[in-house]
Amino acid sequence: MANALGETFSRAWKSDFMWSFRRTPVAIISFIVALTLILGAVLAPMIAPHNPFDPATLNLMNGFSVPMEPNQFTGETFWLGTDDQGRDVFSTILFGMRVSLFVGFAAVAFAMTLGVTLGLIAGYVGGWIGALIMRIADVQLTFPGILVAMLIFGIAKGFTPIDQRDEMAIWVLIIAIGLSEWVQFARVVRGATMVEKNKEYVQAARLNGRSSAGIMLRHILPNVLGPVLVIATISLALAIIAEATLSFLGVGAPPTQPSLGTLIRIGQGFLFSGEWWIILFPSITLLALALSVNLLGDWLRDVLNPRLR
Amino acid sequence: MKMKSLLLAAVVLAGTTALVSAQTLNWARAGDALTLDPHAQNEGPTSALIHQIMEPLLIRDMTGAPVPALATEWGPSESDPNVWWFKLREGVKFHDGAEFDSEDVVFSFNRAMSADSDYKELLASVTEVRADGKYGFEIVTDGPNPIMPSNLTNLFIMDKDWAEANNAVKVQDYEGGEDTFASRNANGTGPYMLVSRETDAKTVLTINEDYWGMGEFPMQVKEIVYTPIQNQATRVAALLSGEVDFIQDVPVQDLARVNDTDGLKVITAPQNRVIFFGMNQGDADLESDNIEGANPLADLRVRQAMNMAINREAIKQVVMRGQSIPAGVAMPPFVNGWTAELDQVPPNDIDAAKALMADAGYGDGFSIRLNCPNDRYINDEAICQAAVGMLAQIGITVQLDALPKAQHFPLINNLETDFYMLGWGVPTYDSEYIFNFLVHSKGEKYGSWNGTRFSDPDLDVTIEALASETDLDKRNQMIADIWAVVQAEQLYIPIHHQVLNWGMADKVGTVVAPDDTPKFKYFELGM
Repeated sequence: MANALGETFSRAWKSDFMWSFRRTPVAIISFIVALTLILGAVLAPMIAPHNPFDPATLNLMNGFSVPMEPNQFTGETFWLGTDDQGRDVFSTILFGMRVSLFVGFAAVAFAMTLGVTLGLIAGYVGGWIGALIMRIADVQLTFPGILVAMLIFGIAKGFTPIDQRDEMAIWVLIIAIGLSEWVQFARVVRGATMVEKNKEYVQAARLNGRSSAGIMLRHILPNVLGPVLVIATISLALAIIAEATLSFLGVGAPPTQPSLGTLIRIGQGFLFSGEWWIILFPSITLLALALSVNLLGDWLRDVLNPRLR
Repeated sequence: MKMKSLLLAAVVLAGTTALVSAQTLNWARAGDALTLDPHAQNEGPTSALIHQIMEPLLIRDMTGAPVPALATEWGPSESDPNVWWFKLREGVKFHDGAEFDSEDVVFSFNRAMSADSDYKELLASVTEVRADGKYGFEIVTDGPNPIMPSNLTNLFIMDKDWAEANNAVKVQDYEGGEDTFASRNANGTGPYMLVSRETDAKTVLTINEDYWGMGEFPMQVKEIVYTPIQNQATRVAALLSGEVDFIQDVPVQDLARVNDTDGLKVITAPQNRVIFFGMNQGDADLESDNIEGANPLADLRVRQAMNMAINREAIKQVVMRGQSIPAGVAMPPFVNGWTAELDQVPPNDIDAAKALMADAGYGDGFSIRLNCPNDRYINDEAICQAAVGMLAQIGITVQLDALPKAQHFPLINNLETDFYMLGWGVPTYDSEYIFNFLVHSKGEKYGSWNGTRFSDPDLDVTIEALASETDLDKRNQMIADIWAVVQAEQLYIPIHHQVLNWGMADKVGTVVAPDDTPKFKYFELGM
């Protein structure tokens, strides 16, 4: 068993994919950074010094502690300092990243499901249905994604009852960002589907009497997944940034569940007064997260699409 | 002859250029006026803007002293103790050229006493207002009212004909979301005229060259551009970059920076305003809590425990950076009725508070929503956030809902919040004003800002009697008695008295008004 596993691993290690990975320092560094950040977020409840979402653990007197220096009132020392409410910045970043990453992954999953489905239908069925889907996509492409997300967020907020807003905010955010990003998936999948559907294996499947849905899912989908994976990775970076932008503008994650964007918004109020750490560390984290995911996406595109090289 | 006319032309030209180089004051604060209807919202920034455009019979100058405005003289009637007489200023014109007379005053007072008015508490004791000739005006009260004039300093006078012509006789129903001509336009007698207004974006005022006080006041500001800037950092950046000349609310964390910048200064003074939390203690069950069939806030012990859980010193030191005066009573020190004893800050004793909670049967705590403004008071949202942490220590889980004041205040007026933050300034400098709005049972004439559902008919009788009590010693004793009830019932949880920090360019000359209402006719503007 261990041998088989080792063999699988060694085969994977020797594959083109891993070969390219081993030869690309940018990919290795990005992977390490992204993995560290994601692990930090996932394991936050275990590694964070305290839970910043639990107000009972806060001591206001710890507010505005300078990084690495004991607080003037309580004498406690915080590695990355504290914010205006006495929350440890390091813990807040770890927990804030959970919100950011959760929204990012869920929004991309939603956009991907929607985009791939509509793209497959548009490409395979074509006709007026395909035209309709693609015109909707074209119209949406003329608006910046963040604008679409804000519009959806605003409308959804108007419909949710006040006492459920905080719980709903995250889900609304996911749907808003997801809806603003499905177009990329749909366009690529439609293009690839139109190429694939005329190939012999699809025609063979059709002759066998397979249903359209079966052909789309079992035969075409696996063959168009490569580019989808690339877009998904780049979309993840975009979704994280979109979430941060919305939260920065105060329309995203609720203040009780601060994401990285919310933290940057809070920190921005203290830029002039010299409490630089409240905004700097969350910003660096956001930058590192978005950049590493984006670079990984770039590398993935190069590997999966050798013609570009 | 020719020479002479040339000279004359030169003089005229010089005169006009002096006028053309209008001195503009760019004014910013966190929030905008909620409406221009002078009687729809009794709220600081709203009346601050309207004060530039419209005038009451008398106003408070920048030091807080009452001085004549549209009335030149006033006094209690010698023949009837229930009557106050006012002599109105002659020759005053509204901005549209209409003449000002007693008809407009009677109209405005009746308007301010109507159902939708937010100033009706100030005139609750008034039974009749009447004209006495073209420039005489009388207020009749049910019983002598010794402090009537100090109730009138924010009571603006509108033009009757203008209101009738523009379908604005009725006061705008602000809480009901109504929008009227008078809520977006204004025709007053004041030193500045409305040029343009975009709500929450920009309001431009220009000098009223026909103002009656042209020679009397400095009037050096010729144009006012008012821009609400909610974001603290943006507001300070606007002042630092010279984009605005005057901001009323320098964030406490930026005081040193503004003071250290060449060409800018900060002037500081205690404000006539107290910040506190209100609690729904009257309803049998609360909507925003997790306790079914009971109202934890109705239990005095819970309210006392919450009062003890708030660490006012920490809020002062960290959130306010020393710029506040911790409070023990919901009354600013400027107000008649205030004593150091009442204002003694309650101890921050978590163990005693927990014991009280356990006594009341809430040892495991409960959860509740706190409604909070985010663009009204200094660091309002941060104070609420701090309170969330402090209340969590005694088991109360608080969900914070911070909204702009335009959405927050209707929650209080419409009794849609169980736990809320409110600040109260006292333009009359007398406790009666606080009682009428915040302590008296909510009803037709009184209690419009009492969101606590507290109602004590006996106390209401005493409060209503204050207006006509002429024996000042007795009246002060009544005030002290009412405060004793308010304190014993823990009607409100006082947080602190605000300290004002006005930031401005060096060329702006003014003192800080304790009511946080700049009146630009008093401002000097050096070059």
